[in-house]
Formats: sequence, C-alpha cells, structure tokens
Amino acid sequence: VSASAIQTAPLTDDLRTLYQDIILDHGKSPRNLRVVEHHTCKAQGNNPMCGDRVTVTARVSDTGVLEDLAFEGKGCAISIASASMMSEALAGQSAATAKQLFDAVHDLCTGKADADKVKTAVPATLGDSIDKLAALSGVRQFPVRVKCATLPWHALMSCLDGKTQTTTEK
Amino acid sequence: MNKAMTAAQLPFDVAKIRADFPILAREVHGKPLVYLDSAASAQKPKLVLDTIARAYGHDYANVHRGAYYLSETSTAAYEAAREKIRAFINAGSLKEVIFTKGATEAINLVAATWGRTFLKAGDEIVLTAAEHHSNIVPWQLLRDAVGCELKIVPVAPDGSIGIEAFANVIGPKTKLVAVAHVSNVLGTVLPVQAIAELAHGVGAKLLLDGCQGIVHEHVDVRALGCDFYVFSGHKLYGPTGIGILWARAELLEAMPPYQGGGDMIDTVTFAKTTWAPPPAKFEAGTPPIAEAIGLGAAVDYLNSIDRAAASAHEHALLRYAMSSLSQIPGLRLIGTAPGKAAVQSFVMDGAHPHDLATILDRSGVCVRAGHHCAQPLMDVLGVSATTRASFAIYNTMAEVDALVAALRKAQEVLL
Repeated sequence: VSASAIQTAPLTDDLRTLYQDIILDHGKSPRNLRVVEHHTCKAQGNNPMCGDRVTVTARVSDTGVLEDLAFEGKGCAISIASASMMSEALAGQSAATAKQLFDAVHDLCTGKADADKVKTAVPATLGDSIDKLAALSGVRQFPVRVKCATLPWHALMSCLDGKTQTTTEK
Repeated sequence: MNKAMTAAQLPFDVAKIRADFPILAREVHGKPLVYLDSAASAQKPKLVLDTIARAYGHDYANVHRGAYYLSETSTAAYEAAREKIRAFINAGSLKEVIFTKGATEAINLVAATWGRTFLKAGDEIVLTAAEHHSNIVPWQLLRDAVGCELKIVPVAPDGSIGIEAFANVIGPKTKLVAVAHVSNVLGTVLPVQAIAELAHGVGAKLLLDGCQGIVHEHVDVRALGCDFYVFSGHKLYGPTGIGILWARAELLEAMPPYQGGGDMIDTVTFAKTTWAPPPAKFEAGTPPIAEAIGLGAAVDYLNSIDRAAASAHEHALLRYAMSSLSQIPGLRLIGTAPGKAAVQSFVMDGAHPHDLATILDRSGVCVRAGHHCAQPLMDVLGVSATTRASFAIYNTMAEVDALVAALRKAQEVLL
C-alpha cells in the first residue's frame, strides 16, 4: 500500500455529498445547543452502536405549537448538524408539522424520496427547510450513518409523545 | 511477555504472512484494503478456511454419537482441536478446556454456575473501569440475582492499571477478581500474576478476559496464576461462534452445569440425571464442530510462524503508529501505558470518530470508531467515543502511513 497514492487521491464524490458545507457549518457551530427554559417535554436519544446521545427539550404551547426547541449532546458531524437544522426548521411550527417533517427527513435519509417529492407532503412554508434538510440525504450512500442523521428526530418524536428515552435500534 | 517471545529473530517476513490471508489481497472502494480492526475480529489464514471447508466437505458428521466411521473421524478432529488449544495455553488437562460459542458465553457460564453457587449477598466482585461490556454485564446480572457487589479499580490517565490500584480495592469480602488480560481500548497489559497473588491472598478467584491477551501475549494459564481464562476464536485468526473457557479442574468439578441437554449427561431418568464429567458437562447439545476444528487450525497456524518475531513486529508497528499519529495536529493518543499491546485509540479535535471512520473507509482503511463496548471507560476518559487502530501479525508500516495519510485527508474534509 502506497501512502502517497492515498494522499494524492481526490475525495470521492459521495464524501463531498455527505459532508456538504451546510452540514459542516451546523456540525461545527450548532444552533440551539442548549436546554429550553421552562420546557414542557424532554427526551434522550441513544445510538447504542456508537454511544452518541442527544437530549431534546421543547416547550409546546397549549395550542400545540413548538414555541422553542433545542438540544444537547455529543455526536458526529451528521447527528449534530441534523439536530441543529431540526431546531431551526421547527421553531414556531406545530407538533403535527413536526411529525410530517420527521417523515420527510426519514424518507430523504433512507432514499425513499427526493426533496421535490417530500415537499408535496409538507406545508408549503417548509419548502426552504426541506431544501436545507436535503443535505442530510448524503447519508444514503452510507447505510450505517442513516441512524446518525435520524437520531435527533427520533428523540424529538419521543419528546412530543411524552416518552423520555429512545434508541435508534428500535 | 516471557523469554521465548523477547528472543525475536528479525526481520519478520510480513509479506509471507500476508500471502496466507486471502482477504488482504482485495480492494475496498477501489483502494487496497488496510485492515486495522483486528482487535474487533481478525482476518483468517487460508489454513483455517481450508480446514473448515474440509471439515464440512469431507469429514462431517455429528460428534460423540454415531458408531460409524465419519462420526469417529469428526469426533477425533473435534477432540484433536481441544488438545491443540490445551497445549497452546499449557492447560494441565483436557478436562479443563471447554468449548463455548465465545468469550461472552464463557463469562456468562462462570457467572451463572460458579457465581450463583458460591457467591452471596455482601460478597464483592472486583472489576476495572476499563472492562468490556461482556465482563461487566454478566456480573451485574449476578449481582441482581444474589446481592453481591461490584467494586471498580480505577484507570490512570495514561491507561495504566497498576497493582497498587488493585491493592486498594481487593479486600476480605472479595470473592472474584474479573479483569481483562489486555484492555481492548487502551492496549494496557495488566499485571495479572501480581493480581492473582492479591486475589488468592484473600481467598478470591481470578478470571481473566483473554480476548486480546491470547492474541498479543504468550499465555500459559498455569504460569499466569489465574483460575478462569476465557477467549474468543475469531480474534485469534479463527472462526466466529467458538471460544474457550479454561478453568481449574476442581472448580469445574464443583460447578453445576450451565445448560442441560444431550452430550452433558451420564445417565438420565425422570427421577434423576447425573452429569458427565468436564468438559462434556458444560457442552450441552451439538457443539460448533467445524468452528472448533477451525480454531484448532488457527492454533496450528500460529505455531507454524515465529511468534516471537511476530510479537516484535506488532510492537514495532505500535511504536511507529504512536510516533506518526502524534505528529498529526489536534490528535491525542488514548492509552500510552508502558509495555502496552498493539492497540491504539485516539481522539482528534473537531473530528468525531464516526466521521473519521467513514472518511477513512473511503481510503480503504478499516478502523473501529465508537465506545468499543466499554462505555464506563469512555466516561472515565471524558470522551463519548474514540477511534481505534489495532495491529495484527499481517499489518505493515506502509499501512500505518496509509492511516496517517487518510487522517490528514479527513482533517481536510472536516476542519
């Protein structure tokens, strides 16, 4: 094996697709990395394979609006970026919309649907969010990393369902 | 390391070794395979692959049953494998060598039989903070069943686990010390003979998790002074689904059976069943026949090479890796205890191990990323995960260079 051959090898396109600028930006400088004050729900997501943990807190109004949403935890660039983008996309949205977006992200990450298709399944106001979240679909080429991208979303669903724990293994 | 292993005759012909492992010739993502995850599971030499194929393709029948030629040859090969392993670890008797499906089952066997029979509320089991989950959870199950307690020996910041630390934790209530011979995350080699003296001094038994120890150290179970020694076949260049429990004969005689079934009985009536003597007492049901024979072939393979030179080669790889990795900005080695085995964990600023492993994989470099089934140790180290490169007899200095080059590439992507 020649080390120099590896040094000069160009990055493969699928690595570029996985680590897009928006992912690296949110991974390095996550938004809403905190605990929501006066949160009404809280849940931890665990990925038993890698040990990553993310705790989501949210304040949901009486009318079912996500007034504030934040997360804490340690994880890879993909899971942290996903959590960060999730917190931006869903602030001010309804819990019902959060569920729709969960399904959309799940489809994007598993390759079940592309951005244009999932846009038809969510309110039009979320179009810009879908365009950003579509960056997560780079995990399609890396099956073991799909769980990294979906971990915070599973934690959010548990949070809104009133559960305190979730795992990517279920 | 004993004298036989320090008298290495260099140079070690690694190219010749590599030619014995067919998988090493393949590519991954269009790059030559650089396999640095042997601590998770080692690759297999052709001798093992051919032996398994022959066991199924030429000699196969169930063991210990049929009064016909094939069953006799199959039984002979199965029992010959037991003898090969006995000699490899210098056990005093074949009765002391139990085939299990792996180290995990071997530890669970000891916990469920010896533990439930001889431990009671108030007794203490001593572990280290660096144990693999397989040497933690079975003891927690035992604790919950009989009310004993777990005491944890701390790990020093460099990954050392010195005998003084054990002296502070082992006491009159200690009934069992259960520790890794070599840490799978840190590579630390534990002072097992001194631990055995301390344990026996208070009347406790010593169980060694030898999954890494059997691979990197010369193992003479009688010289080590332990009471139980367990390991998995697949980390020792053998098949999955097979492992070994070695225990002193008097312990095996006193322990009740683990599972009931065929092969482990003497006589069966509905009123009373009597057990076969060890090892059959602990091998209920049809065993993993081809896997046991395959593990015997792995031992044959290791006996056919200069293990002292192989050990020196592994240590040279480790020294080179530690020195090369240290030159990468932002990289911190985890586990730098003196005399450690060829397993190196590390963390890198701004680059999570999972991201590193994905990017390295695209360069053909296989490393382990995560908690290495040692979450309590991750908590002690203050990290959620590490990246680990582990070295085997077939790795090369050029592969260390490939690792370092791939890590620098990862920094370009992530930082």
